Amino acid sequence: MELLDNLALGFSTALLAQNILYCFVGVLLGTAVGVLPGIGPTATVAMLLPITFSFEPVTALIMLAGIYYGAQYGGSTTAILINLPGESSAAVTALDGHEMARRGRAGAALATAAVGSFVAGTVATVVLAVAAPPLARVALRFGPAEYFSLVLFGLIVSIALARGTALKALAMIALGVLFGTVGQDIYTGTPRFVFDQRELYGGIDFVSVAVGMFGVAEILRNLEDERTRTAVVSTVKNLWPTREDRRRIVGPILRGTGLGSALGVLPGGGHVLASFTSYAVEKRISKRREEFGHGAIEGVAGPESANNAAAQTSFIPLLTLGLPAHPVMALMVGAFIVHGITPGPNVIIDEPALFWGLIASMWIGNVLLVLLNLPLIGMWVRMLRIPYQVLFPMIILFASIGTYSLGFNAYDVYAIVFFGILGYILIKCGCEPAPLLLGFVLGPLLEENLRRALIISRGDASVFLTRPISAVLLALAAAALVVAVLPAIRRRREVVFAEEE
Amino acid sequence: MERRRSLPDVLAGAIFILIGGAFVAGALGYELGTPLRMGPGAFPLLVGAIMAALGLAIVVKGLVAGEMISFGPVPWRAVAAIVLALLFFGFTVRGLGFVPASAVTALLATLASTRVRPLAAVAVTAGLTVAGTLIFVVGLQLRIPLLGPWLGF
Repeated sequence: MELLDNLALGFSTALLAQNILYCFVGVLLGTAVGVLPGIGPTATVAMLLPITFSFEPVTALIMLAGIYYGAQYGGSTTAILINLPGESSAAVTALDGHEMARRGRAGAALATAAVGSFVAGTVATVVLAVAAPPLARVALRFGPAEYFSLVLFGLIVSIALARGTALKALAMIALGVLFGTVGQDIYTGTPRFVFDQRELYGGIDFVSVAVGMFGVAEILRNLEDERTRTAVVSTVKNLWPTREDRRRIVGPILRGTGLGSALGVLPGGGHVLASFTSYAVEKRISKRREEFGHGAIEGVAGPESANNAAAQTSFIPLLTLGLPAHPVMALMVGAFIVHGITPGPNVIIDEPALFWGLIASMWIGNVLLVLLNLPLIGMWVRMLRIPYQVLFPMIILFASIGTYSLGFNAYDVYAIVFFGILGYILIKCGCEPAPLLLGFVLGPLLEENLRRALIISRGDASVFLTRPISAVLLALAAAALVVAVLPAIRRRREVVFAEEE
Repeated sequence: MERRRSLPDVLAGAIFILIGGAFVAGALGYELGTPLRMGPGAFPLLVGAIMAALGLAIVVKGLVAGEMISFGPVPWRAVAAIVLALLFFGFTVRGLGFVPASAVTALLATLASTRVRPLAAVAVTAGLTVAGTLIFVVGLQLRIPLLGPWLGF
């Protein structure tokens, strides 16, 4: 069977001693940084990204995937123990997980999260292995017009799930796209917006954007008020869930896995949707509905599984279409490009060892996650007590060293300052940084395909509407835009009506 | 509900208009080309104009029915310290070398907190410099000299 051959190839790559080692290091580092309060998975991956660049492509990407899983699990740990979710998808876990911790059942909550994540990760890896090749074959037939519409669709959908208003999210995407145009033009070689600085000809490094927007801006926000610190749940005991618990979590884990695998494929934050939906489903079908919000173990098992399954299947659009489904995947695109690989349908054909090795290592990463986290929970709890005054200088220093080491270009470090300040102001004004990052990564793709499509069609812009796949994607994008903006319009009308009364 | 004026909304919109406008102005300086062969200026012009329009919409909305967000305090000391730390690193790492640049950057960064004590700052600086050297230079074989030409090496 083709699938088995492919998986065999994958495991033979992933099981190389150095790849296992760095997958392990990635999971360890990801968890260690991920449990630090106030640092979500995106920030963790952004900060650890530069470390991976010195390795071979396969090893680096495997390590990066490990970091991502570790960071996600670390985020759940902080959500459960100190009610401080690193990102929106872990916010659901905090609802019941932190209640459990306050009732002395932190151990059971953490173990449930780990086991749920493992089951979900295993199933979703199989889904990925089965679904990716056929999708990649379809994607290979995409021309520039289809790609342009697809990227536009992905960008528009990503705002539907962002917090804050759709207008601001749209503007942030546009801002990201604009910053993406800095540097030499791909067709004519004309340097654009470089102010005669040769160092800017290569464009702005996306690591600088990510570290500035997510790292520095976040630190500044945390330093606004240094007194607010939540008390840490100090001891974690009784790690294993009771027999009653085990019986109660089977259903939620399986349902969460199914939901997460399906929703994770959606561009623009399917994992957030997955964990919220899973929580809602569990609450609806539970016989003990009143327990939800007061430490129901189902409220941890379901969303955690959904979140992890979605994290896995969100690799599908990345590996088959080259389209990142959320900010972490945007960082992965950057990592691929740094290693000279353009993510997309060609990866599976040109780099089979990398493609299947990455998939196999996802499963290995999940195994390592369980092996690592169950015994080390005590240590992660201690990590939570590292004072912030040690933590943030560490982030600043390591971020500048890491970013500088990318190309030994001081402008990359200056760019962190620029994006840190800009990001801080915009975040304070209620704009979310994630759409900007997506726009920045996808902007060049958007421009390249727009121009190429127009060259092929001899300057006829109707090509985007006459090619069926492209037309459908544009229609979907328009629909998503309407759905995202509609609530805002309705609210405005309410305001107007209220004034008339 | 009454009219809600939102300063953060207006500020955000103004930033978008400003940056969008700057890109439009810059793009006009490059060749625009024809739809068949778009020049380097066409795409930034288009996106810049869209962004400026979005910024305008955000300003208008902020004046009529803005989001209620409080801008909150700005930790000026932290902003200054962190900006200086990053700029210092970028400016001196080649000249001073890895160790001195890292140490000063770490020290400047620790000063961002209002509650830092001098002794603690020095201890954190020393610890981070050693850790950074071990991880990046020893561990990852980063090719930056430990001490740079400005110090006579």
